[in-house]
Amino acid sequence: MSVPYAKLPGWAEYGLIPLVNLAVAFLISGLVVLIVGESPLEAAYHMVNGAFGRGEYIGFTLYYTTTFIFTGLAVAVAFHCGLFNIGGEGQAYIGGIGVVLACLAFDRTLPWYLVFPIAIVGAAFFGALWAMIPGWLQAKRGSHIVITTIMFNFIAASLMNYLLNRVFKPMGSMSLETRTFDAGGQLPKLDWLMSIFGLSVGSAPFNISFLLALLAAFGVWVLIWRTRLGYEMRTMGHSPAAARYAGIKEAKIIVIAMMISGGLAGMMALNPIMGEQFRMQLDFVQGAGFVGIAVALMGRSHPAGIIPAALLFGMLYQGGAEISFEMPSISRDMIVIIQGLVILFAGALEHMFRPAITRVILGLSPKTRDAAVTKGA
Amino acid sequence: MDVFQVFIELAQSTVRLSTPLILAALAGLFTERAGIFDIGLEGKMLGAAFAAGCVAYISQSVYMGLLAAVLVSVLLSLVHGYASITQRGSQIVSGVAINFVVAGSTVILGEAWFRQGGRTPALSADGRFGTVTLPFADAVRDVPILGPLYSGLLSGHSPLTYLAFLMVPASWWILYRTRFGLRLRAVGENPGAVDTAGISVIWLRYRAVICCGILCGVAGAYLSLAAGAGFTKGMTAGKGYIALAALIFAKWRPKNILFACLLFGFLDAFAIRYQGYAFPLIGKVPVQLMQALPYILTVILLAGFIGKAIPPKAGGVPYVKER
Repeated sequence: MSVPYAKLPGWAEYGLIPLVNLAVAFLISGLVVLIVGESPLEAAYHMVNGAFGRGEYIGFTLYYTTTFIFTGLAVAVAFHCGLFNIGGEGQAYIGGIGVVLACLAFDRTLPWYLVFPIAIVGAAFFGALWAMIPGWLQAKRGSHIVITTIMFNFIAASLMNYLLNRVFKPMGSMSLETRTFDAGGQLPKLDWLMSIFGLSVGSAPFNISFLLALLAAFGVWVLIWRTRLGYEMRTMGHSPAAARYAGIKEAKIIVIAMMISGGLAGMMALNPIMGEQFRMQLDFVQGAGFVGIAVALMGRSHPAGIIPAALLFGMLYQGGAEISFEMPSISRDMIVIIQGLVILFAGALEHMFRPAITRVILGLSPKTRDAAVTKGA
Repeated sequence: MDVFQVFIELAQSTVRLSTPLILAALAGLFTERAGIFDIGLEGKMLGAAFAAGCVAYISQSVYMGLLAAVLVSVLLSLVHGYASITQRGSQIVSGVAINFVVAGSTVILGEAWFRQGGRTPALSADGRFGTVTLPFADAVRDVPILGPLYSGLLSGHSPLTYLAFLMVPASWWILYRTRFGLRLRAVGENPGAVDTAGISVIWLRYRAVICCGILCGVAGAYLSLAAGAGFTKGMTAGKGYIALAALIFAKWRPKNILFACLLFGFLDAFAIRYQGYAFPLIGKVPVQLMQALPYILTVILLAGFIGKAIPPKAGGVPYVKER
């Protein structure tokens, strides 16, 4: 795709523009708060305080962050290959099957550090499987990946509803959830990590899958920028025609990229199932797969951007819960608005402020302006 | 129970459940035929349903409610249009964004204005669309076969339902028999050619997006003013996506849209009626399978196993006038 804009220095491209987009999204959210009849500043205070005010709050914030790192990375990997994977929600949901199977089979016999790796493999396997089908359909049958992944979200919801009803629910139980896991299916909290900073994690479910998320972020960086597969994926993403000409096997790369993406989304299931609830509940994903889209867009599909973006949304989720305690008229649905606005301004309207910013910056420094004139055109 | 009676009842609820799908799928037809993917149908419908619920309650007028629904939906469409036509942003990202913004703000605003947990107050008869009784419906009720067909199936729907079914041939006529329709379809296949002919691609696409907004607005108004009595949180419940599925299933053609929507509406009606019913030979069909069937069918169709769905050629690609 042609870029009809002059090149900007790195700090503006990766720092200023995302920040401006984010600021606009928050300004409009503030307007909504005003319409509802509350003070945006007070809401902002409750949000920040609710997210970082206490060790326990930070623990919750980081718990949500963990989830969003996984789903954000999932969307980002597919983006690099030029694929828009809206199916993170369904892939994470199906990934739960892998976690539950591992936990139900081994939680009474094995310690958590042996169950955890099995659960990771299971989650990634089922998530990857659920993403592989749309990937294969796109690669071999030419069906549009966006539509198929949307459809697969709904199919996953129905399938999991069925499985929880007929298979996973213990006999005689009314609520749609599995039995609670024994010690082997419970991940340890990261209280030691928090206590290094003199904070207490309290009841927050901040657990070891956070470290796995960071590891996954590093893994994605290595994959995308340091391996041949990653190079081929990026080539596909930039120009499918060039990739074909270079002899890259298009179908194979699409399927692999989708499987990695789905695997990452599936691993998200570890955090709520083994880290918080110790059982699988109906609809445990709770929109995290869609938050991944916002996170990936804001983080510009780079792990170094995704982690802070995930932290921001972790803050919104935890802080948003606190706001709804303090200001009853602002329920947690406020986060959904903010999420939508971030997707709108950091995604669809990402170039809206670019001409103005370019003019200001390039107007300020003549050197870059000359460079832009020669490079741009 | 009498088989014929069951058939009439199933057919009638099929018609009721298909109405919003038909309107929304036709809405999608206009934008997608003009080369703009729209996965924001769900959000526009939801926003329209909310606006209709609010305004119809406050003004006690069903027509003001309908008007508000159309206005809000067109406004949301214009946001989508601005992002994807003027700013040349990703159409899919923009659609996703609209769905979220609407899903959140309908609840927040509804709660702030009415304090009923995100719903709007129940509407009285004045604020709702009543049902239309076709002439002689009562008189012919006792005529065998034809009587129930006429008075049970054809008569007794809301005016918006008749409008939805009329919109199918109307959309066909607009798209295939008017100059505007020809140009609209051309802009979805080859915008460069349309531009060369001296017709503004941008303005055409904006008009397509506005058409989509109007139809989505009616679809939303149907949900809160005709099917229900007021707005409830998340009341579209995935209908926008089902409509999108129907649009693809129909291979972007008006006549097929009617059948696809009726099929999906029928599946829904069937699932509601036969929940937990044991069929001969197959036994109990899980209700979840019935719910997932429209999506599964669409995936199979998209994969080209039942015919081939070929989308408009320039769909999803922003138009750049000069390179």
